[in-house]
Amino acid sequence: MCVCPGPRRIGIPVRSSSLPLFSDAMPAPTQLFFPLIRNCELSRIYGTACYCHHKHLCCPSPYIPQSRLRYTPHPAYATFCRPKENWWQYTQGRRYASTPQKFYLTPPQVNSILKANEYSFKVPEFDGKNVSSVLGFDSNQLPANAPIEDRRSAATCLQTRGMLLGVFDGHAGCACSQAVSERLFYYIAVSLLPHETLLEIENAVESGRALLPILQWHKHPNDYFSKEASKLYFNSLRTYWQELIDLNTGESTDIDVKEALINAFKRLDNDISLEAQVGDPNSFLNYLVLRVAFSGATACVAHVDGVDLHVANTGDSRAMLGVQEEDGSWSAVTLSNDHNAQNERELERLKLEHPKNEAKSVVKQDRLLGLLMPFRAFGDVKFKWSIDLQKRVIESGPDQLNDNEYTKFIPPNYHTPPYLTAEPEVTYHRLRPQDKFLVLATDGLWETMHRQDVVRIVGEYLTGMHHQQPIAVGGYKVTLGQMHGLLTERRTKMSSVFEDQNAATHLIRHAVGNNEFGTVDHERLSKMLSLPEELARMYRDDITIIVVQFNSHVVGAYQNQE
Amino acid sequence: MNFYRLLSIIGKQRTSPGWQNWSSARSSASAAEAHSTTLPTQAQVVICGGGIMGTSVAYHLSKMGWKDIVLLEQGRLAAGSTRFCAGILSTARHLTIEQKMADYSNKLYQQLEQETGIQTGYIRTGSIFLAQTQDRLISLKRINSRLNVIGIPSEIISPRKVAELHPLLNVHDLVGAMHVPEDAVVSSADVALALASAASQNGVQIYDRTTILHVLVKKGQVAGVETDKGQIECQYFVNCAGQWAYELGLSNEEPVSIPLHACEHFYLLTRPLETPLQSNTPTIVDADGRIYIRNWQGGILSGGFEKNPKPIFTEGKNQLEIQNLQEDWDHFEPLLSSLLRRMPELETLEIMKLVNCPETFTPDMRCIMGESPAVQGYFVLAGMNSAGLSFGGGAGKYLAEWIVHGYPSENVWGLDLKRFGALQSSRTFLRHRVMEVMPLIYDLKVPRWDFQTGRQLRTSPLYDRLDAQGARWMEKHGFERPKYFVPPDKDLLALEQSKTFYKPDWFDIVESEVKCCKEAVCVIDMSSFTKFEITSTGDQALEILQYLFSNDVDVPVGHIVHTGMLNEGGGYENDCSIARLNKRSFFMISPTDQQVHCWAWLKKHMPKDSNLLLEDVTWKYTALNLIGPRAVDVLSELSYAPMTPDHFPSLFCKEMSVGYANGIRVMSMTHTGEPGFMLYIPIEYALHVYNEVMSVGQKYGIRNAGYYALRSLRIEKFFAFWGQDLNTLTTPLECGRESRVKLEKGMDFIGQDALLQQKQNGVYKRFTMFILDDHDTDLDLWPWWGEPIYRNGQYVGKTTSSAYSFSLERHVCLGFVHNFSEDTGEEQVVTADFINRGEYEIDIAGHRFQAKAKLYPVASLFTHKRRKDDVELTDLHGK
Repeated sequence: MCVCPGPRRIGIPVRSSSLPLFSDAMPAPTQLFFPLIRNCELSRIYGTACYCHHKHLCCPSPYIPQSRLRYTPHPAYATFCRPKENWWQYTQGRRYASTPQKFYLTPPQVNSILKANEYSFKVPEFDGKNVSSVLGFDSNQLPANAPIEDRRSAATCLQTRGMLLGVFDGHAGCACSQAVSERLFYYIAVSLLPHETLLEIENAVESGRALLPILQWHKHPNDYFSKEASKLYFNSLRTYWQELIDLNTGESTDIDVKEALINAFKRLDNDISLEAQVGDPNSFLNYLVLRVAFSGATACVAHVDGVDLHVANTGDSRAMLGVQEEDGSWSAVTLSNDHNAQNERELERLKLEHPKNEAKSVVKQDRLLGLLMPFRAFGDVKFKWSIDLQKRVIESGPDQLNDNEYTKFIPPNYHTPPYLTAEPEVTYHRLRPQDKFLVLATDGLWETMHRQDVVRIVGEYLTGMHHQQPIAVGGYKVTLGQMHGLLTERRTKMSSVFEDQNAATHLIRHAVGNNEFGTVDHERLSKMLSLPEELARMYRDDITIIVVQFNSHVVGAYQNQE
Repeated sequence: MNFYRLLSIIGKQRTSPGWQNWSSARSSASAAEAHSTTLPTQAQVVICGGGIMGTSVAYHLSKMGWKDIVLLEQGRLAAGSTRFCAGILSTARHLTIEQKMADYSNKLYQQLEQETGIQTGYIRTGSIFLAQTQDRLISLKRINSRLNVIGIPSEIISPRKVAELHPLLNVHDLVGAMHVPEDAVVSSADVALALASAASQNGVQIYDRTTILHVLVKKGQVAGVETDKGQIECQYFVNCAGQWAYELGLSNEEPVSIPLHACEHFYLLTRPLETPLQSNTPTIVDADGRIYIRNWQGGILSGGFEKNPKPIFTEGKNQLEIQNLQEDWDHFEPLLSSLLRRMPELETLEIMKLVNCPETFTPDMRCIMGESPAVQGYFVLAGMNSAGLSFGGGAGKYLAEWIVHGYPSENVWGLDLKRFGALQSSRTFLRHRVMEVMPLIYDLKVPRWDFQTGRQLRTSPLYDRLDAQGARWMEKHGFERPKYFVPPDKDLLALEQSKTFYKPDWFDIVESEVKCCKEAVCVIDMSSFTKFEITSTGDQALEILQYLFSNDVDVPVGHIVHTGMLNEGGGYENDCSIARLNKRSFFMISPTDQQVHCWAWLKKHMPKDSNLLLEDVTWKYTALNLIGPRAVDVLSELSYAPMTPDHFPSLFCKEMSVGYANGIRVMSMTHTGEPGFMLYIPIEYALHVYNEVMSVGQKYGIRNAGYYALRSLRIEKFFAFWGQDLNTLTTPLECGRESRVKLEKGMDFIGQDALLQQKQNGVYKRFTMFILDDHDTDLDLWPWWGEPIYRNGQYVGKTTSSAYSFSLERHVCLGFVHNFSEDTGEEQVVTADFINRGEYEIDIAGHRFQAKAKLYPVASLFTHKRRKDDVELTDLHGK
């Protein structure tokens, strides 16, 4: 276990300075790659109590914080930004943390924090009959980073059938996860479109007619799209479908969802990389594409169409299916493989992809090149580009980039790039009536809760009280008083369920507030949520959850048709 | 464990002769199979359902001399809800008709054992209704007043007295209670068996394990039933299928809508107490705690009506599933807590069983009886809202009378199947609505409550416009109607808090709407009214209307006639306004809830003549009521036509243009006695006309108003409304409407003979208006309806409606005054003199208020004028 705070996914063995990388125009104060807290002090303060969720964190020695920090927020993001990265605030934060806190949030305050980002969508019914195999979904996010680096997306494909849902875990900032969250579904949707539809869309663009809508987004008001890059992103996407049109041989072939997902992931990562290499005359955009490319994001995306469920995963987020057994109990079926050091096959793959002499250096301390936790990711061109290319882009890039120690830093033992890919692993599952829901979540959840608990908690939440074995008196001598006591106890246990109208919120409540007995402990929950931003990250990671509920009747009907 | 053995009737003698005709509910399965009877091929009446309703109808029909009756039960007799029923007979009901039914049942069951020799377990325990709050006590006092006047003893008692009557009760949180000493407990299954036995002795043939597949209908008339054991031809069919009545109704080729839906219902049985409870320990109803408690074999039986009911059988299920319903202790927890709070000593009492017995509920918490509007001879008795045992006897009697005589001896409009239409038959609607109805059984029933579920089903095209302007809505027959309009700056209490027996929070709002109706002009959307058009090629329309209506409808084209549609007894089946559109076409406006009933009545009496066309045009027209002295200005400005009384006399109808829209039926009447016009607008023009009226009306101070204002206006003008004041047992002569009856119109009409007789003999009740004298509107309880009227200290009748009159600045109650003989209690003739020479009091929840009786509206109302020095600057503001 690593007891040090610091950069989340990426540990950088730099000690002298941590310049605020991309300090300008960041959507939020992500300037700091390193919280300005000295490790040694913190370890003293928290001792063994400090539970660092990011075992992958690697800061060999304390560094000296710098005071020459600049802060010039871009107007568009001004509201997101709080100028806090200065020495004064650091000391404040430290004092705050080192004094034992008596301050607790009240239950309503806790609820307002937990519910701030919750979102629910119910698939509308038509003619009283719900024809979709998806009933709807609940999603939520709880930040640990400030700002949160996780992103989520959900959309219905309008030109094909099916619904797309995804969680994206960013690192080294949120630029990449943001870009992927806005763009990936378009790439997937386009990959799924039949040739004629692509032609129709292209013709419409060409002749200036209105375009067919491709996606119906289901967004929380906080889930923003970048307006500035919209045109750039569109052009890249258009190039993609133009290529798809050109590639088409004229024979209408059935589109394979798995292939489409893989192509979309790879293509988007490729576009991110290309855009950064080409640059943009607009300096804001130029800087944006660079930030996107130099930061990284994992992605876990589900595509549900009738009984066909595809999960495409890149990185260490996870998709978990909640299955209700005949006896009513819940079991978890994992539909994705984590791409990290715990996955033997990934280790194997990396070793195969690089010369033998790199076998020891390609994964060190459970990290890619000793630095990166996930073994697959979008962006992160530092792990993809050749050294030459990296240097060239940085030199020709804006000053902020040039001044930045992180971007300039070349990973050690960097001999045979690329070391990283965005290619997803796609799992197919044919839905059965007993498959009640799917949980997509970033590793922030899976680190704190066992998958079996996750599925049980969601399952019990979605089915209401029924999970508790019904009480039957049958033959036993039970008095009214005893029964009353028993029922009151059961109800108290249930009351936490009723606080939440959103399965994802409920899950977060458990993830953050569970005590050793597996029940939500308000005091613990309150403490965890009261942590100052600077400390929150040491106790937990960003958590993003989407819970998709399936319609067993529709799924059953599909089954019967065949 | 078969609960059947627990609650009902083990090891009692079953040897009455009547039992030979039908396979006993108690006989083992093999015995019943051996007893394979063949069904008769025809009968006069086929009754479906061997529960308490079916057996009661059979019992009463056979008592009335009808013998050719077959009763069919799909399972065993008394095996459905009847078998699981908690066995409490309670007469404390909110409606008088329900009180009467329960009272009759009580008396019937009491002597049933003697009559049939079958033990029914009838014990007169009495019941105590607890009040934890003052509002609950008011509600009990209102029931108490009504029980007393129909001869059911009851009294309001103190908590201390409650403790004396029941040894185990915690009374510390009570403010009072009502004691009804003659209420009883009884085994409902045994009652059903006793009724069946008696019916069987009277010749009714009973077959169990016989399932009715559907009812055969020929030419809109019951022709027979198709069962799994063959066909039976019959003239009358009675659907007493309980929670399956809905499904059975739909199974016909021509479906019969019987809107009801089942919910799970739980009660608890315990082992006996250490010192077993006396068998005559009173039944406790703790409505605030949502529970009832009765003694049961030395222990207790306690159940309740929870806030979060579990609807069941929405998709329609096989009856077999009733047996397998699960106990749900977690669901019962609030009720158990409530029970232990009420009787803390029960903590140590041992549980025997939690019983899950589904009960059937209806969309308005009243039971369903009567004849189907769609199929003649198809009768229904179902949807008892958990009071099947209490109503069983009385309801069976009324339905039997209905079948035999064509109408029951009491006014049962509130329970009539025809108050519903197909529009209440959606499964989703029923499922949602019963989830609201079931808790309502123990909720406080305050005046003017509205259902919250199943709303916005039928709306006027102006709904959104009105809603945006602050309309608060009520619902009638599925139609949304505005109650009043909350001004933007006004903040009303939350719905829960505005529930009151006292002055409501909208008082000022309605006052300003009424004032505006009197001084300027108001618009009320009255689109919900039922609208029919009757046309013919020749004089057929006129002839049938002359036969059906008591007034002379042979008036010049363009005239409107107010008239009653009477039954043979001269009572109002409907009260409507008929406009003669041309020589051969009439436009008929009736109350909203008449849509099904009136249609059925007309269809029943109209000759099958292809030249005579009856059309329901309710949905085709939006109706706007322009009330007030300036209505004439608004309308003439919009139509460029003179609208003064010279050109447009009262009760006149003309098609004209309003704004750009042509073909608007304008009628000079307002249903309130105020000057103004009703506009019947083809719906596509509704928004246009409304917008025009509002914009032109601005300078005349126009504003929106709602039904509460309308109600206040019509009641202070002594206007009776059908369904509230008038019913099938009231005649025009009894409510001072001789002028609307043309006995000598040269043509016979239905009810003519009865009216002629009544004219000769005098009336036995008289519709009277009461103005409350010493009633403080701010501080006293408000009258609602159903309050007893006392004349010189003697009970003479009940009110039917009430409202605050903003002109008289007094409460006005309308109601009927009888003249009961002091010696015999018989009804005697009521003369104007009798009315005028009396001191009156109205009893509101036990408090009597002095009232002035009037037989005619107060004249000064018609000449209301604002004095010059009362004019303020604010009068210049737009309303």
